[in-house]
Amino acid sequence: MTTPALSQDRRAATVRPAARRRTSWLGSAILLLGAVYCLLPIAWVVAASTKNGSDLFTSFTFAPGTGFGENLGDLSANGGGIYWRWLLNTALYAGVGGLLSALVSGISGYTLATYRFAGRNAIFNVLLAGVLVPGVTLAIPQYLLLAKVGLTDTYWSVLLPQIISPYGIYLARIYAAAAVPDTVVEAARTDGAGEFRIFARVALPMMVPGLVTVFLFQFVAIWNNFLLPFIMLSTDDRFPVTVGLFTLLNQGATVPALYSQVIIGSLLSIVPLIALFLTLQRYWRTDLISGAVKG
Amino acid sequence: MSTPATGRRRKGTVPRGVPYLFLTPAILLFTLFLLLPIGYAVYLSFRRIKVSGLGLGKGSRTEIWAGFDNYARALGDPELLGSAGRVLAYGLVLLPVMLGLALLFALLLDAPRVRFGRFAKLAIFLPYAVPGVIASMLWGFLYLPAVSPFNDVADALGLPGPDPLNGGSVFFAIVNIAVWGGVGFNMIVLFTSLRAVPGEIYESAQLDGASDLQIALRIKIPLLLPSLIMTMVFSLIATLQVFTEPLTIRSLTNSISSSWTPLMKVYRDAFSQNDIYSAAASSVVIALVTLVLSFGFLRLVSRQAFGGENR
Repeated sequence: MTTPALSQDRRAATVRPAARRRTSWLGSAILLLGAVYCLLPIAWVVAASTKNGSDLFTSFTFAPGTGFGENLGDLSANGGGIYWRWLLNTALYAGVGGLLSALVSGISGYTLATYRFAGRNAIFNVLLAGVLVPGVTLAIPQYLLLAKVGLTDTYWSVLLPQIISPYGIYLARIYAAAAVPDTVVEAARTDGAGEFRIFARVALPMMVPGLVTVFLFQFVAIWNNFLLPFIMLSTDDRFPVTVGLFTLLNQGATVPALYSQVIIGSLLSIVPLIALFLTLQRYWRTDLISGAVKG
Repeated sequence: MSTPATGRRRKGTVPRGVPYLFLTPAILLFTLFLLLPIGYAVYLSFRRIKVSGLGLGKGSRTEIWAGFDNYARALGDPELLGSAGRVLAYGLVLLPVMLGLALLFALLLDAPRVRFGRFAKLAIFLPYAVPGVIASMLWGFLYLPAVSPFNDVADALGLPGPDPLNGGSVFFAIVNIAVWGGVGFNMIVLFTSLRAVPGEIYESAQLDGASDLQIALRIKIPLLLPSLIMTMVFSLIATLQVFTEPLTIRSLTNSISSSWTPLMKVYRDAFSQNDIYSAAASSVVIALVTLVLSFGFLRLVSRQAFGGENR
């Protein structure tokens, strides 16, 4: 980055301190409008989840109803509590997938950042090009290939393809380059530590903040992924919550009573993710995502 | 770290195979779930089924080489072209609005005299945690005239209520869902890049008498260019693959066809019509267009997007 040539205009060199203190109400108002826009559907789903089927279409949108418990009971009763199974499945796909993805990204990023070896750049560039491959268009050939080996409609079919994350490897490499000094690796090596031991005991702990970001990233990506499980799975026992609610919504077109279940189901599915977000907020290394991390 | 070195190797040297060993999981998974599917899709796109006789019984349907037939059909298919045009228009509306808002919010968050920054940052980032399916459901219900607060407001004012799910406005209804879901994440990326800029630059600009607006336009935006390019490329890739939102909204309206976006058509061809060959050809075309557009864009604007790391 080059520092831009600064203003030619040196006439008004006096800074008015009073002006600095004043709140910019226009700017604040625009930000608040943005916040309202983003919170609107969430506020709505909170209100709507308390309404029973008839209130939903008759009472004022944001007025609370009295049907929360009833809706929750209906949702839990549907299909023998299959909704909770979906939620559990989602946690499994996203949790295990995110963890494995962070580990694979971590060791790959560390290797690409600290070792010099033949083919390093070629391997990195091929992996990096994977960032640009439209992930979703891969889902159909992935389905056909997994169908050949009889793995479709299993947990594996959703879990395995999402462990590899070119973007995660890219982030881990940047982070390793910035956070693991060559001198430390060198010192451990002189002490006689094996290469894997150096990675696991020395580099990995140093990379934890970066890997938390990779984990969260992949966790959200898997939680949000719809097409892959939608294609791969046909048994509703194995659905993640997104696919489950989608099928429920489709049935709702003929049985409007199901809409109340879809609404409370949507609310319950975003609550854990929002909670995770708020608690892990400070561990997010967002500078990593923006490429602004300092080496 | 006091374990003695094992084997014959000298202290401080790396056995040659180690980096490759460490990269094995990544390379294996990358091959199995990226390269192989791509290769398989390309292979399938050149195949077709030959039916002999009545097409009944075993052996009457054989897979044969098709040359460029599938591609010719895909590129000449008015449905695919129509959906491609729709997605292009969708991107032309979505990208400037979403990234423009993200930039505006990021600059406001970074501006010295703006309040409510912490609250707004969190609120605007929150939709990132909401999956596309769920976001589409929430907005879908908000679009339903019987449920929508916008209609309540319009009623109170004596105006005709909006009906975003019907007719051409469904296009903007979908754009809105994507803007809602994407603006916060891009805002955070841009905001974080702004925070990485050393404060002295702004101080000297202030001493030169630059206003906050001038600092934003003349200094901050140029400094943000690499991040803007990166967010643009990722948004572009996501845009061309739009699938979840229109598919979900489809459950609530008749205004969305089963081939509304290219990926929806690919999905329908492969799974409803069992024509995996033409689906494969279409997905190869989509992937190529995505690659050409994103690489082309990167080339066009600069080489800064991936920073100095890519060496």
